Amino acid sequence: MTTTEPSAAIVPRFDDATASERKLAIICSKGTLDMAYPGLVLANAALGEGIETHLFFTFWGFEMINKQTMNDLKFTVLGNPATHLPQGLGGLPWMTSMATAKLKKSIAEVGVPEIPEFLEQIVASGGHLWACRMSADMNHLTKDDLYDEVEDIISAADFIDKTAGAQLLFI
Amino acid sequence: MPVTILDGHHIHVDDEGFLTDPAEWTPELAEVFAAQIGIELTDEHWKVLRFLREDYQSQGETATIRRVSTAGGIPVKQLFALFPQKPAKKMAYIAGLPKPHGCV
Repeated sequence: MTTTEPSAAIVPRFDDATASERKLAIICSKGTLDMAYPGLVLANAALGEGIETHLFFTFWGFEMINKQTMNDLKFTVLGNPATHLPQGLGGLPWMTSMATAKLKKSIAEVGVPEIPEFLEQIVASGGHLWACRMSADMNHLTKDDLYDEVEDIISAADFIDKTAGAQLLFI
Repeated sequence: MPVTILDGHHIHVDDEGFLTDPAEWTPELAEVFAAQIGIELTDEHWKVLRFLREDYQSQGETATIRRVSTAGGIPVKQLFALFPQKPAKKMAYIAGLPKPHGCV
């Protein structure tokens, strides 16, 4: 039997200065179900660590914040060899809906919410959502067309300005 | 595994200070942990801590922020208000449980 000498009080250091100074900017540019999640998961993780987090939705990333599409992102096996399925199958008419349903099921099984609910959690955790001006103009979308918690439609320059000093992820 | 003394309690902790044996936890110890990280426990905090303890008993792992909000019924915003900056880790620490492993 070993005896361990009590050491001085060991207490977690939650409020280290580096975390509160850190800032994360995530650019979400993809509109497929599988590529929507990485940004959301990382944003959520960063917020849970007390890091100021901004998401910028641009180009196909608008699918995630457009009220018309945000519930309906899809996953396709086409062009994705990581599914290890013959690419020819991907072109069959029912394949994309089947692959989407399967991925949605796997995501739900690990307790991860669908996109609208995930955005809601990110906002409740203090995250900031921004929409790209050029993408909005190209698609003739206004703020009313977008998820209510999107703070504003801003230019790329404004986003760069807002996230000065941030670490940046392009997805 | 270090043994540490906090306010007269001899406890086993990991390198960061998280309790390694959830059975050593007592409500008094929760008050001590909370004070160490600058939190004064209110009824609202206790609602979260009770959920975490019960959920750990039944699930065998520490609930994430999402689980505390969906299964425990405590809104995410409130968790950030009660346990500022790093709610998942802070509430696990005070509840005497390991840090949550889940990503979301």
